[in-house]
Amino acid sequence: MGETMTAIDLKRLIEALAETIAAHADELTALDQAIGDGDHGTNMKRGFDAVLADADALAAKPLPDALKAAGTKLVMTVGGASGPLFGTFFMALGKDIPPHPTAAELAAAFARAVDAVAARGKSEAGQKTMLDVLYPVRDALLDGKPAAEIAAVADAAAAATVPLKATRGRASFLGDRSIGHMDPGARSTALLVRTVAENLGAQA
Amino acid sequence: MNVGIVIVSHSPLVAEGTADMVRQMVGDEVPLAWCGGNPEGGLGTSVGAIMEAIDKAWSEAGVAILVDLGGAETNSEMAVELIGEPRSARIVICNAPIVEGAVMAATEASGGASLKDVVATAHELSPA
Repeated sequence: MGETMTAIDLKRLIEALAETIAAHADELTALDQAIGDGDHGTNMKRGFDAVLADADALAAKPLPDALKAAGTKLVMTVGGASGPLFGTFFMALGKDIPPHPTAAELAAAFARAVDAVAARGKSEAGQKTMLDVLYPVRDALLDGKPAAEIAAVADAAAAATVPLKATRGRASFLGDRSIGHMDPGARSTALLVRTVAENLGAQA
Repeated sequence: MNVGIVIVSHSPLVAEGTADMVRQMVGDEVPLAWCGGNPEGGLGTSVGAIMEAIDKAWSEAGVAILVDLGGAETNSEMAVELIGEPRSARIVICNAPIVEGAVMAATEASGGASLKDVVATAHELSPA
């Protein structure tokens, strides 16, 4: 086990995540219009704006409780399948993480949270979903890769969903026509991973 | 007490219209509730609204939920999980077309059928 990570400035992190989603909401919606129902950007923005509105209260909680509360907030406010999927991720992460995690403890909790997302979505790797970003990021975390590299892994993984044919989620209705577009959930996941990596990297 | 029916659509119009069709068939013999739309009222589903609908249609005999597309199912599963034991064990999300499933399930429920039989009736509409 390594040393405990530097205390995370949760409020700053929440603000950064909400800013990222707001800045990319139109892009996420455009991606979703191509192969889905065109609401991913507005749904994610609704959810992260709600988390942002609670930033002070969340930041006052111990890390596990803050993650669980943020996850519950996403579940209740997003309004699409992304709510339970991203919400489950944060709730599961909060369930398994110590208040002051080491990098290895964070990686282990992240891995279990990814499993929880897969169970919630009844999905697996290669179906053109957010899992296609979460699995490579999990592996990079478990390998102890530095923050900058993890952000790059996430971006590359999202880009790698372009040639995939969707077999889960609304995009699967399009069959072969889903090929050639980036999965919106993979893109939003990569954006969140990059924001966390850059933020924690700067805070370390 | 008869099994309750909950209708969860992305569209409040679809949910309400489906509920109207159920009422036409079974009147008030079956506890019934519907919800549709995201928390802002646009197309989508809301976990909170689904939990309220389950409360409204609650029956000690259980509740069968009919959903339309993926997000309605995922959000319903989340709602059932948040409701938790012991009630969650008596709530089933049906794999059936929403309109036909709701009408068939409610008709079965109106005769006093068990949750298992109500759900089986709905599932017959979706051959594996």
